[in-house]
Amino acid sequence: MLSKVAERIYWSARYLERVESTARLLSIYDKLLFDLPRRVNLGWYNLIVINSLEDDFNDRYSNRDERNVVKFLIGDDTNPCSIVNSLKYIRENIRTTRDVVPADTWEMVNELSMFVQEHQAQGINRSNRHEFLETIIKSCQQIVGLLFVNMMRDEGWDMLRLGQNLERADMATRNLDAAIAAMMQVEDDEYAVNSRQIIWGNMLRSLNADQQFRRTMRSSIRGVPVVTFMMGDEQFPRAISYCLNQIVARCHHLPKGEAVVERTLAIKQEVEKYLGAEEFGAAFREDLNELQGSLSEVHGLIQKTWFLSDQ
Amino acid sequence: MSIEWKDYAPGEFFDELFSAEGCPREPAEALISYLESFSDEDINSRKIAAESTIKEMGVSFTVYTEGGNIDRAWPFDILPRVISKTQWDKTAAGLKQRLKALNLFIDDLYHDQKILKDGIVPEFVLKQSVNYRKECEGFSPRFGVWAHICGTDLVRDGDGQFYVLEDNLRVPSGVSYMLENRSIMKRVIPEVFEKVNIAPVGDYPEHLFDTLAELSPRDIAKPVVVVLTPGIFNSAYFEHAFLAQRMGAELVEGSDLVVLEDECVYMKTIAGLERVDVIYRRIDDMFLDPEVFHPESVLGVPGLMRAWRAGNVALANAPGAGVADDKVVYAFVPQIIKYYLDEEPLIPNVETYLCYDDVQRQHVLANLDKLVVKPANESGGYGMLIGPHSTKKERETFAELIKANPRNYIAQPTLALSTAPTLVGKNKVEPRHLDLRPFVLQARDSYVTTGGLTRVAMKKGSLVVNSSQGGGSKDTWIVDTGAGKD
Repeated sequence: MLSKVAERIYWSARYLERVESTARLLSIYDKLLFDLPRRVNLGWYNLIVINSLEDDFNDRYSNRDERNVVKFLIGDDTNPCSIVNSLKYIRENIRTTRDVVPADTWEMVNELSMFVQEHQAQGINRSNRHEFLETIIKSCQQIVGLLFVNMMRDEGWDMLRLGQNLERADMATRNLDAAIAAMMQVEDDEYAVNSRQIIWGNMLRSLNADQQFRRTMRSSIRGVPVVTFMMGDEQFPRAISYCLNQIVARCHHLPKGEAVVERTLAIKQEVEKYLGAEEFGAAFREDLNELQGSLSEVHGLIQKTWFLSDQ
Repeated sequence: MSIEWKDYAPGEFFDELFSAEGCPREPAEALISYLESFSDEDINSRKIAAESTIKEMGVSFTVYTEGGNIDRAWPFDILPRVISKTQWDKTAAGLKQRLKALNLFIDDLYHDQKILKDGIVPEFVLKQSVNYRKECEGFSPRFGVWAHICGTDLVRDGDGQFYVLEDNLRVPSGVSYMLENRSIMKRVIPEVFEKVNIAPVGDYPEHLFDTLAELSPRDIAKPVVVVLTPGIFNSAYFEHAFLAQRMGAELVEGSDLVVLEDECVYMKTIAGLERVDVIYRRIDDMFLDPEVFHPESVLGVPGLMRAWRAGNVALANAPGAGVADDKVVYAFVPQIIKYYLDEEPLIPNVETYLCYDDVQRQHVLANLDKLVVKPANESGGYGMLIGPHSTKKERETFAELIKANPRNYIAQPTLALSTAPTLVGKNKVEPRHLDLRPFVLQARDSYVTTGGLTRVAMKKGSLVVNSSQGGGSKDTWIVDTGAGKD
């Protein structure tokens, strides 16, 4: 497989995952607003911090309100990770790899891209937001499903899975971060227990993880088991350990994968250290940040091993 | 209410579908009778369906403007153009004959130049040709074929006769649109395909792949075939990706390829370097190899010409094939066919005046308002003067251009291009002018597409069919009526 094609598939998978995750993240916050007591003052700006987009956002807006945050994440030209921009990148990447992905991928990406362009306003206004985000999430799943059913299990598939799992692991850390950030805003009063449960519950539901969580952990929804599940579960496809395992498996299938395997396994050991923890508070947010840093090193290694065209 | 086909007036030109008001030609009868059952709403909803299909399929082409490049949806008319199989079989034979002769001509030019020595084509034609490549002299490509893929522009004049307007032997484009047009039609009016015996077009990528694979210098079961594109900013990028996908070939850019000391071409893959056998190149000669041509070109591959000359890689079309893609050479094609094949041309040329000839130039300069003037080496309909639609000032400019460089200009009478009914506005049908670009392949054998790409000038009275200048397209049906009439 051409290095350039491998790189484009890898990025298509990352952006596709990012579109879905961004839509999910927005829906976490959207649902929290329905459920939380009115006195909990949830800051939408958290979503910007979690995605490490402070600079881009502040260049563009001075007011950190819901409308601006949502607008920025969905359709802003200046946000490189906005849903609209991510879809643009997917479109360009698929357009240049049409010869290796299933033929219908292009049409489906094109359709989703047009839908988001045409209905952005729906996402910004709260009344139709749910439906808008749902459509995006479903379309992403449809595309992933198409790839899953039709794609050759060759190097292209390996690249797709690498991109998908790395992005998922990264997004899982950001989702956890979002939930912990929201927890920090819950005041210690009579509603606290309830509010905390709402926050963690919504995070799980937004990742389609609540059912799996209950079955695996046999626990009520509380911070420690939720974090433990999302960090360490080896069966749940959005859990970090699962994603890391997948990266290792794909690398074994690819030529020259040793360095990436080694680094990924080291991260897995780091992750396992947290599994016995009794509390995940403000300090854990730092750890999540470091984890994001390590994942970005894996990305660097992937790039160095397979994409740099000056062989 | 539906379209009043009875009232469709074909006008003074040859109409592809109607021989006279209310009289469809035989191959179009079944189509028209079917369309007569369509209500206004039917037509309109099919038109909308076609438009959204095009958008979803992402069929687009790029228009270069000062404000950046715009990706436009492919303009398409849902009323097809119909040609009888009998007529088409004759035309296809003529196209094969023509490409065969042109390849013999190119091969001769790069070897003994007999045709010049025998005085059939004047020597200066070669000396001044911008597409003649000294670097190719003495080289013998496989099967003696230089132009493996040719897009020939055909027009039909007032008498219904097909004429060749242009041979495109460099990097002709449009075939993907021919294929996409058919898939759009199958989605939009599937019922008609059950009723009319329409020849399929979809096998072109297979034939293209076979043609390319036959050129492989290595005798191996699965030669590595790649499509070399200048990249996503090229107006035909859509087509490059499309053909690579349909052939199962790699789509590469210059930076994906490298020539090593063994003078073989390799592509950079995730596992290392892999040898390439055949390159279907969609970039112009001058950008192929910075060692030989434009030194600053980043689109090409340094050393590619060395590898080609060493016989380690096949290039389609071969460098230098464009020497026959010259409007002055065009004027000599009938003589070229006679000279090499000892046959009469099956498809005539359009009458052409060569401005280098004093007598013909005087005629051209005196009749600029009636003629179409073209530069010898431009494509895409640029740099042309369409006499009857020109201003006095434009004619004066062209007169100066011709006098300054007579060799570079030819002129042809303004053709009474044929027309076909085309949807205009809401449910109105009017005649619009069109041409046809079939694609011809040649390696060991020859192949011609079934029909080709029909381009239509969407503006009333306009003769310019280029998509970059407001042209659209139609599906082209080769219909077997079994009756053997045109």
